Amino acid sequence: MSDLAIRVENLGKRYQLGQRDPYKTLRESLSGIWQAPLRRLQNRAASEESLFWALRDVSFEVKRGEVVGIIGRNGAGKSTLLKILSRITGLTTGRIEIHGRVGSLLEVGTGFHPELTGRENIFMNGAILGMRRAEVKRKFDEIVAFSEVEKFIDTPVKHYSSGMYTRLAFSVAAHMEPEILIVDEVLAVGDMAFQQKCLGKMNEVAHAGRTVLFVSHNMAAVETLCSRAILLNQGLVEFDGSQTDGVRHYYDAGQETSVEGVYIADEASLRNARAPRIAKATVTAEPDYKNGQFPIGAPLVFEVQCACPNESVMPSLGIAIENKRGVRIVTLHSKCAPHLLARSAPGMVSFVCRVPKLALAPGQYVVKLGWDDDGEVGELVENALTFTVLPSDYFGNSGKRVGGVVLCEQEWRMVPPSESLPASDRADREVRREGAENEYVEMAPRRA
Amino acid sequence: MSLKTPPPALEAPIKSDVVTILEPARGWQPINFAELWHYSELLWFMALRDIQVRYKQTVLGLAWAIIQPVCTMLVFSIFFGKFGKIPSDGLPYPVFVFCALLPWQLFANTMGQAGSSLVTNANLLKKVYFPRLIIPLAAALSGVVDFAVAFVVLLAMMLCYGIVPGWAALTVPLFLLFAVTAALSVGLWLSALNVQYRDVRYAIPFLTQIWLFVTPVAYPSSMVPDKWRLLYALNPMAGVVEGFRWALLGKAAPPVGVMLVSFVATLVLLIGGLFYFRRMEDTFADVA
Repeated sequence: MSDLAIRVENLGKRYQLGQRDPYKTLRESLSGIWQAPLRRLQNRAASEESLFWALRDVSFEVKRGEVVGIIGRNGAGKSTLLKILSRITGLTTGRIEIHGRVGSLLEVGTGFHPELTGRENIFMNGAILGMRRAEVKRKFDEIVAFSEVEKFIDTPVKHYSSGMYTRLAFSVAAHMEPEILIVDEVLAVGDMAFQQKCLGKMNEVAHAGRTVLFVSHNMAAVETLCSRAILLNQGLVEFDGSQTDGVRHYYDAGQETSVEGVYIADEASLRNARAPRIAKATVTAEPDYKNGQFPIGAPLVFEVQCACPNESVMPSLGIAIENKRGVRIVTLHSKCAPHLLARSAPGMVSFVCRVPKLALAPGQYVVKLGWDDDGEVGELVENALTFTVLPSDYFGNSGKRVGGVVLCEQEWRMVPPSESLPASDRADREVRREGAENEYVEMAPRRA
Repeated sequence: MSLKTPPPALEAPIKSDVVTILEPARGWQPINFAELWHYSELLWFMALRDIQVRYKQTVLGLAWAIIQPVCTMLVFSIFFGKFGKIPSDGLPYPVFVFCALLPWQLFANTMGQAGSSLVTNANLLKKVYFPRLIIPLAAALSGVVDFAVAFVVLLAMMLCYGIVPGWAALTVPLFLLFAVTAALSVGLWLSALNVQYRDVRYAIPFLTQIWLFVTPVAYPSSMVPDKWRLLYALNPMAGVVEGFRWALLGKAAPPVGVMLVSFVATLVLLIGGLFYFRRMEDTFADVA
């Protein structure tokens, strides 16, 4: 019994859905009081649909020193689970027993105030994370050294670069010493080097015998850091076991239940629309990838249906692909194909855009759709589609991850130092020559 | 993977026997004072942060704590004292008003800040756990600094008018505590309500304005007919303001009846507020 860290029994968390705003106005509540008996009866009938169980009947135990990865699709209940365990929000049913001090890290830099100096923020943030003042004082030098912002420690953090800010925030968090650490993947922010630092730190914590609960979408990290994985799916525990099996289940489940790659507009909004509306959109990849998950380089096909109620407006369509950090990778626009600009009869117009070669790096992507009439924006659908690019050996690079947002063909040569010409000149010429050759080869059929 | 600084060495996990049980909240929960005490450092830091940040990037800085009551005092003295000829219990009207304005502004500011504190700190509520009570408490504490600054001005004014406080002045800290408690108890209700009903945001300035009129700031409570006096005292600030005047300006008899009723009213508000706050606490993160 003594090696038990967390016991969760039949945990359930219910949210009320369907309210326009999550908060009510006083009037709604007051009028609710007068009509209470009647209203409550009516509500009971309606409420069954508007109730949403973010977690249902979740039970598990975590032993002291275990490192558990919590995985699952978006909306599976991972974050809710962490929030309940770190006592940020209450539970609806069940019981949780926690043995030991919990430190939770759902965000770095919570409570940082831009007007306060780095020094003041360290103490403030430490206190928010549950560290004692004496503890922060003792580790102060370490924290500052780890963050690499020694010079600016007495400058208000509003003057910090975002990198400095994140580093300082993370190093405070990294010096927490709880018995049970709860970490959300928000840790994986910042540049590559910083992410590596975070993961390195996690690894260290994991090996120091602490109990860790770690939510992540980064399956590689889960596989290396964790000794166990709990897979959540729509609020239920779908799998609980070794991290390798957990990750495999995660991928398998994704194949069946994914609704990535499809957008369908709300029908009510279409019915009375006077201006064109984007009704339906899909992204697939050739030859036959329809679940929103494509290997690198597979030709993408976007199909967007626009309901055009009259012929006065003929939309031209824009498709923007952004990565998860909101960086736009590419914009596809029907303007680029002038023959599409003719006005057509009213009705459902389908745009089909095929992208034969777009080698996006593995990861999740978000597609924004919009139409405009001669530059005037008509409708913009944020997050219309999402899709995932899976690693594959597209360019013969053996699937090695090297960072960046796109992959491209690359030809490498190495000039040994023994050759007399300055290496840079020679290499330059070699590449140019090869480039010319390629061009020639590609152009050839067109000339013929 | 380039680590310039080696990561800090971790000490072996400290074994403690802390066992936390989480269960669905049922009904009215008592306040966990032990836990609140454990987080007293955080309370201190947050109050300190509020104070440090309040006058950052202002030209006049802390002078605002003086300008506000002094200007109000001037306007009141001219319009109510000079033109309106409102009685002031035989005291010079400016001192009479200023002595009441200080606790009043402390109350009004604290109530406003505590009332909106949870919504302003919504990001904290959603990301970290600590007793939520810390937030309005910190807001209440930080208001005292402004009061202290303006208090110096009051002392100077009293000196000018030749008013020397007697032994009763020693009770000022008590009345100060009274004012903060009154503000906090209203602030608790408002802050918890504000999370769920954003109407509160619009109600606070309005409430403050009305409240000023039913508080004996610009006029003495002796203007209120005797039969209404006790009902009037249900306003906690009636007791506080009369208490301040008695303690500092040496009005003849201490208004015991008024103060007692005000005190009981505050106590009821406070206890009710604490329980209501506690009841809503679990849902703050979901609706904030």
